[in-house]
Amino acid sequence: MLSIKKLKVSIENNLILKGLNLDINQGEVHAIMGPNGSGKSTLASVIAGNENYKVESGSISFYGKNINDFSPDERAMMGIFLAFQYPVEIPGVSTINFIKTALNRIREFNKKKPLDAVNFLKTMKKKMNLVKIDRDLLSRSINEGFSGGEKKRNEIFQMAMLEPKLSILDETDSGLDIDALKIVSNGVNKLRTKDNSTIVVTHYQRLLDYIVPDYVHVLIDGKIVKSGSKNLAIELENKGYDWL
Amino acid sequence: MSEESKIIKEFTSKEYEHGWSVNFDADEAPIGINDDIIKFISKKKNEPSWLLKWRLEAFKTFKKMDEPNWANLEYPKVDYQKIKYYSAPKQKKSPKSLKDVDPELIKTFNRLGISLNEQKKLTGVAVDAVIDSVSIATTFKDKLSELGIIFCSFSEAVKEHPKLVKKYLGTVVPRNDNYFAALNSAVFTDGSFCYIPKGIRCPMELSTYFRINAANTGQFERTLIIAEDSSYVSYLEGCTAPMRDENQLHAAVVEIFAAKNAEVKYSTVQNWYPGDENGKGGIYNFVTKRGICFGNNSKISWTQVETGSAVTWKYPSCILKGDHSVGEFYSVAVTNNYQQADTGSKMIHIGKNSKSKIISKGISAGFSQNSYRGQVKIMKRAKNSRNFSQCDSLLLGNKCGAHTFPYIDVENKSSLVEHEATTSKIGEDQIFYCLQRGIDEENAIALIVNGYAKEVLKQLPMEFSVEAQKLLSLTLEGSVG
Repeated sequence: MLSIKKLKVSIENNLILKGLNLDINQGEVHAIMGPNGSGKSTLASVIAGNENYKVESGSISFYGKNINDFSPDERAMMGIFLAFQYPVEIPGVSTINFIKTALNRIREFNKKKPLDAVNFLKTMKKKMNLVKIDRDLLSRSINEGFSGGEKKRNEIFQMAMLEPKLSILDETDSGLDIDALKIVSNGVNKLRTKDNSTIVVTHYQRLLDYIVPDYVHVLIDGKIVKSGSKNLAIELENKGYDWL
Repeated sequence: MSEESKIIKEFTSKEYEHGWSVNFDADEAPIGINDDIIKFISKKKNEPSWLLKWRLEAFKTFKKMDEPNWANLEYPKVDYQKIKYYSAPKQKKSPKSLKDVDPELIKTFNRLGISLNEQKKLTGVAVDAVIDSVSIATTFKDKLSELGIIFCSFSEAVKEHPKLVKKYLGTVVPRNDNYFAALNSAVFTDGSFCYIPKGIRCPMELSTYFRINAANTGQFERTLIIAEDSSYVSYLEGCTAPMRDENQLHAAVVEIFAAKNAEVKYSTVQNWYPGDENGKGGIYNFVTKRGICFGNNSKISWTQVETGSAVTWKYPSCILKGDHSVGEFYSVAVTNNYQQADTGSKMIHIGKNSKSKIISKGISAGFSQNSYRGQVKIMKRAKNSRNFSQCDSLLLGNKCGAHTFPYIDVENKSSLVEHEATTSKIGEDQIFYCLQRGIDEENAIALIVNGYAKEVLKQLPMEFSVEAQKLLSLTLEGSVG
């Protein structure tokens, strides 16, 4: 589904990713771990098409198509979703209105009719339960005055609504207490199918107790230096990154 | 070009939709202004002699005054002798009813999306349609008159209701109030007149649609709204003009009188031609709008969505004379390309326990300059009065400017005045967030801007709120930072 080859990425002339390779198949969950500043969040942003980052060389392919030159919204319509580490606030725009606009654009791209109000609300209700988010919160301006946990739950709610093929969770566990972490993880797990894939970017092994990965990759200084099974995460938790 | 400036460019380069004009056979005054021109206008309108005298007095005052230069606006000096002060499409005979109106004129308004056909207008909006210097038609007049409501063109009011006109004309905005008000008083041509009798709640929205069509012509309309005790009316004004290379002048006066317990809601969606992307042409919009909350517990609320005009000079204001009276001002002013706007409100508190609220949302893009200028004055006798002002500026790109000039003057100790101001830019991260969800740039900006202006837009009558939202996105199409 996703194939990254020899990817070099810079921001403001600083090379961050220095020849990264990664292959993800349908139905897989991959965890990306690594110390601060190793390029984890850069990787997440670049896959989503953030134009602040410059791809110097290499390629990102999604379903066999090179998407290097695709705009962020094109990638989103193709099914790439990024759950932000720091979701932004948009005053005056409710999550409901926002996600409805997004959902219908994606449906249009997939040659589906827009959801009418009734069906939209039905779908919404179902997905709300998944992350235990209440209606009230969704009627408010996106993320404005939300607690850290509410913001992250809102990200997963949006993910549930848009049903992406590839979800990237960028440090979704940061700032979450254990209860919120369970709710969020539970939501993500329920959304897992044999067709969609997930990249979990995280600092800590803790999240991986709940969202169990098929593969764990260690990213250090812009390159994946080690890949392994979920046991690798436990090893890292015990030994740190220095031994690598 | 960076991504940011690319977005800005695309979003700001949308063409003006109403830039066409129609060739009507017109009845016009010679160019320039002098006593004879004023007599010509007055005669064209068969006015009583008191009104001609009133006009001539205003002109005398005008000649002694200087054009105001305190606003944060820069434009070449207007040559008042190069403007045509009267232009009316020729109609075979003066229309008695809608049936007699020249179909070409009706077509012109249809093209603007304004239907003068009463059967088609089921939404409950009565319209007075004004082209250049004259009112063409007013719908639903009969239905409204059953309730004693008068809604007609200003010229007709002078003929049919001279007592009311004489009693109120110039009482809220005196002839010598300011340069443009004096000019308007001398040469005003048409506009709307509206009278709501005691205890009546006007069952439909009243609206006036102003259209400048002729070249080299100024539009000087005058609107007078009188709400008697315990009455209510919601009024809406819309405006467009053709695209022309020269600047055209629009100097209107609106006066509102609210008696005891009366409430008047006045909404404007101003979309005059703003000039081209290089700042050529466009309307000079120099307007004086003021309402007086004369009686106790009266309320006047201004809502404006300003997207057009090359230069805007406009401060809809409230004189809160009645005790417990309420004045409100909600504004979204958008400037793009080389547009300039100096706009805001004045709230003059005289009555005890009077309350006012100012919510101003400026949005600047391109090379434009957008200024909020507002005055809150609480007089000594206005004990326990309150004002809350919030002035927000949103910048799209880094070549535009936003300015805030608040003047606050409180003469007693029991009153409370609050002023909040913020300036923000549409963040790249906000746009990226939208894009990441599959929303395209154009819609992302529309979403963010409309969210920002929501507090004001929700004050508009439902059907216009949707229009205004579309207009905001259109005006800004192509611009972010």
